[in-house]
Amino acid sequence: MSAAADHPILDPALAPPFPVAALPVLRNPELRKNVAHAIDVIQTKRARLVAEKADWQELRAAAAAIKDETLANLGAYLEQFEERCTAAGGHVHWAADAAEARRIILELLREEGADEVIKIKTMTSAEIQLNPFLEAAGVRAHETDLAEIILQLGQGEPSHIVVPALHVNRSQVREIFARTMGIENLSDDPKALTSAARNYLRQKFLTIPTAISGANFLVAETGSVAIVESEGNGRMCLTLPKTMITLAGIEKVVPRFQDLEVMLQLLARSATGERMSPYISLWTGVTPGDGPQKFHVVLLDNERSSILARKTERQTLRCIRCAACMNTCPVYRQTGGHAYGSVYPGPIGAILTPQLMEMHHAQSLPYASSLCGACYEICPVKINIPEVLLELRSQVVNQERGHARRFFDPMYLGLRVANLIFSRAWLFHTAQFFGRVGLKLFTHKDGWIHSLPSVGGKWTQARDLRGLQSQTFNRWWAAREREKR
Amino acid sequence: MVRASLFITCYNDTLFPETGRAVVRLLKRLGVEVEFRAGQTCCGQMHANTGFRGEAFSQAKRLVRLYADAEAVVIPSSSCVAMMRDQYPGLFEELGNETLREQFRALVPRVYELSEFLIDKVCVEDVGAYFPHRVTYHASCHGLRGLHLGDRPFRLLAKVQGLELAPLANLDRCCGFGGTFSVKNGDVSTAMLTVKLQDVLATRAEFCTALDNSCLMHLGGAMHRQYAPMKTIHMAQILASTQEKPAEVAG
Repeated sequence: MSAAADHPILDPALAPPFPVAALPVLRNPELRKNVAHAIDVIQTKRARLVAEKADWQELRAAAAAIKDETLANLGAYLEQFEERCTAAGGHVHWAADAAEARRIILELLREEGADEVIKIKTMTSAEIQLNPFLEAAGVRAHETDLAEIILQLGQGEPSHIVVPALHVNRSQVREIFARTMGIENLSDDPKALTSAARNYLRQKFLTIPTAISGANFLVAETGSVAIVESEGNGRMCLTLPKTMITLAGIEKVVPRFQDLEVMLQLLARSATGERMSPYISLWTGVTPGDGPQKFHVVLLDNERSSILARKTERQTLRCIRCAACMNTCPVYRQTGGHAYGSVYPGPIGAILTPQLMEMHHAQSLPYASSLCGACYEICPVKINIPEVLLELRSQVVNQERGHARRFFDPMYLGLRVANLIFSRAWLFHTAQFFGRVGLKLFTHKDGWIHSLPSVGGKWTQARDLRGLQSQTFNRWWAAREREKR
Repeated sequence: MVRASLFITCYNDTLFPETGRAVVRLLKRLGVEVEFRAGQTCCGQMHANTGFRGEAFSQAKRLVRLYADAEAVVIPSSSCVAMMRDQYPGLFEELGNETLREQFRALVPRVYELSEFLIDKVCVEDVGAYFPHRVTYHASCHGLRGLHLGDRPFRLLAKVQGLELAPLANLDRCCGFGGTFSVKNGDVSTAMLTVKLQDVLATRAEFCTALDNSCLMHLGGAMHRQYAPMKTIHMAQILASTQEKPAEVAG
């Protein structure tokens, strides 16, 4: 794992801006190799399984339509979920923000007298920074997802929402397990590693009677909760404990049980490149004599209803957290997840995080994209991520442009001047002339520019720029027209 | 006869005049009448992509008015065409009036990226070009995913006499340019460029071509920096090239 100085901060309020946070990763060839390798494995599997679905585009359209219908009637579907879940013996709690969700969960744990709790992997709990809060309140949370165990024991941070330890390789896992579990001579054979994790987990499953989960889907029609996973450790948490507390963002609801048919097909293929997730757990309230006998659902808003109110950004809430966008993103491929300074990295993180926070905390994220459009093309629920990125960029600019500190900022100044130049052709042509004269100072005798000052230096750090030709196209055209006459 | 109004785009006009000259030569050879409206500047992409929507709109407005009566607008830059198709509707919806929206809606079906114009409007694949070199094609993101150019560029290249096409691995992967992204996120952009360049150089082609000089400026700048044995060339210049008058190859 990286040195302490490089320990990633996944809190946009505290993390450095994206271009700075990306540097430790860009300078870490082992980490970049881990990320690229893991992504290539997932992407190859995904591509094969998506190709075998002739109706993939129809499935995407259906999923987007289901989500849009849900979002248009979100309040009604949530109330329906509450009613059906309560009727089946569950308890539904509403949390307006992260603090309220944390408080509700802690109170529920206190009622149980719990000082330890086991967890199914949930990014929503990371969003509300639940683990450190519980720790401070004297409740130790134990992750049970293999990747989350690796991160918890190795004191690492998640860099991906489906495969949180994507940036860690096998020999690093071996080192973490050997050190924290006190196993001598542990090999890095996957069998040996999973067996070490199994021994560690069994003891937790058998002794800790309280569990926390997230949710992939809430079904309004039946009041059911659905969780998909690959390892079966979630299934353990859903069967052995006496009490289950589920934390779910309000956008996780789907109207009908049948909607899962569409959603689960898309999710499994997009997320892990599988036809169906190995474990799909569905439960409705409490079943006497089977599974947890106390069941709570905490429905988390945390800015989601304000996202819902905005026309362009609303589609963000369609997300089913499959991570296909980060797997295909050429930026994420280079930087991994930590550079995003958020538990939600990649393209979806770049649009979700600024909306979950006040924008000034996450100003750099909407710019952490080359707008290549790969995320939109791959998204199973058709979120037009580039469109939302552009909307957020314009919000950043509107918020910043009035500030005095931005007046001489090279980018703000440059774009204001460019706007003036582009407003008249003669101004543009004059600027071309002075641009050529100015750039001549930097142009080498081979006709290329090797080094530029200010913002231009960011270009010439890795690339040359061909010096300007003596005649612009418009001059050439004008000369040609004159000749004709 | 088809009459085409060339929108050269601000950066081609300034940095790549040879591309514009090639477009003119190519279209003339195909019997297309070319005009060039002197009032043109920029489509507003740089401003829109950086978040300056108001500024982008004022340029969009100028452009739509300038070309309102054009029979066909040809643009040798896929990202600028994508700007008009993908971003103008939102800009006009939010900031424009009904007259402008109407003008835009009427214009947009007549706006063509160069390969679209050749294949869909002029209905030609063999443009009579001669370019005896090994060439690889970089499908710029906007051409690939924005405009869905599909096999158009390949159909055009396949008919170029003497041209040997070297397939490029990871064709759908971004080169890392992204406009102001290349300076705002200079280090990340460089990392993306490095990876892309490995694939491009592995083709052992003499030239890397594309329908967008912005990607080529990025790739070509790195090739020059690294003394790589490859040059970049806009596809218009390959298509304009003939035995009698070979392509102008700069730098």
